[in-house]
Amino acid sequence: MLNELFFGYFATAIVILSILVVTRRNPVHSVMWMLLLFFHVASLYLFLDAEFIAAIQVIVYAGAILVLFLFVVLLLNLREEIQTSRFVASWPAALAIAAALLFSTISALKSFVPGPSGDYSIEVIREQTHTKVLGQVLYTDFIFPFEVASLVLLVAIIGAIVLAKKRMRS
Amino acid sequence: MIPLNWYLMLGATVFAVGVFGFLTRRNIIVMFMSIELMLNAVNITLVSFSHYLQDMRGQILVFFVITVAAAEAAIGLAIIIALFRNKTTAHVDEMNEMKG
Repeated sequence: MLNELFFGYFATAIVILSILVVTRRNPVHSVMWMLLLFFHVASLYLFLDAEFIAAIQVIVYAGAILVLFLFVVLLLNLREEIQTSRFVASWPAALAIAAALLFSTISALKSFVPGPSGDYSIEVIREQTHTKVLGQVLYTDFIFPFEVASLVLLVAIIGAIVLAKKRMRS
Repeated sequence: MIPLNWYLMLGATVFAVGVFGFLTRRNIIVMFMSIELMLNAVNITLVSFSHYLQDMRGQILVFFVITVAAAEAAIGLAIIIALFRNKTTAHVDEMNEMKG
């Protein structure tokens, strides 16, 4: 009963906050609602026994990505921004597309059959701690994707500098 | 124990809201935030699958999704800065230079 109550609170809060993010006129307000949304999603991860993912969610999403967004939002002319219309002219068509997507996904859930369970039950994770289990899988089975991820980040660093720097006058 | 379907429905709902925001907003930064919203919806789904199927691979995938999201945010926001420098607008319907 208590579990359902907690899940109900977090689910409704996440849905309402995500609607607020996409509908607010002022982009700074959107970023602030998104910060609250990320904290709620992190709490949902704690609820699912994924402590490390929850910590990463707060550090990377709420700490790094949202600060980047806030920096770029401050480049905007906000006084002009809150005067103009928020949505493109054909927004009812997009609403219909999103509603159809939601309907088809939820109606597809009925025929979902879960596959066989793996080795990492909650007891194993609680005994060994979540970070240790995750690290063991990441650094043995997934070592090559891990290296590729470092390459992706390197490309992102160089690309961001190249794109954002001022042109040299030749 | 909460049924897995509840988590999947939550993920689908947040994803649909993200799709709606991406398709309708004029401001390119809010469109970008809608993409982050969709990635978060997928992360919720992956972590709940990982929890209910007792397999760590879903959470490994979340780890990589977060990595790619960070790289994507850095690159995308750099593109937006370059766009401001040339156009001084953030509205996607005012950018039609590539119209044939």
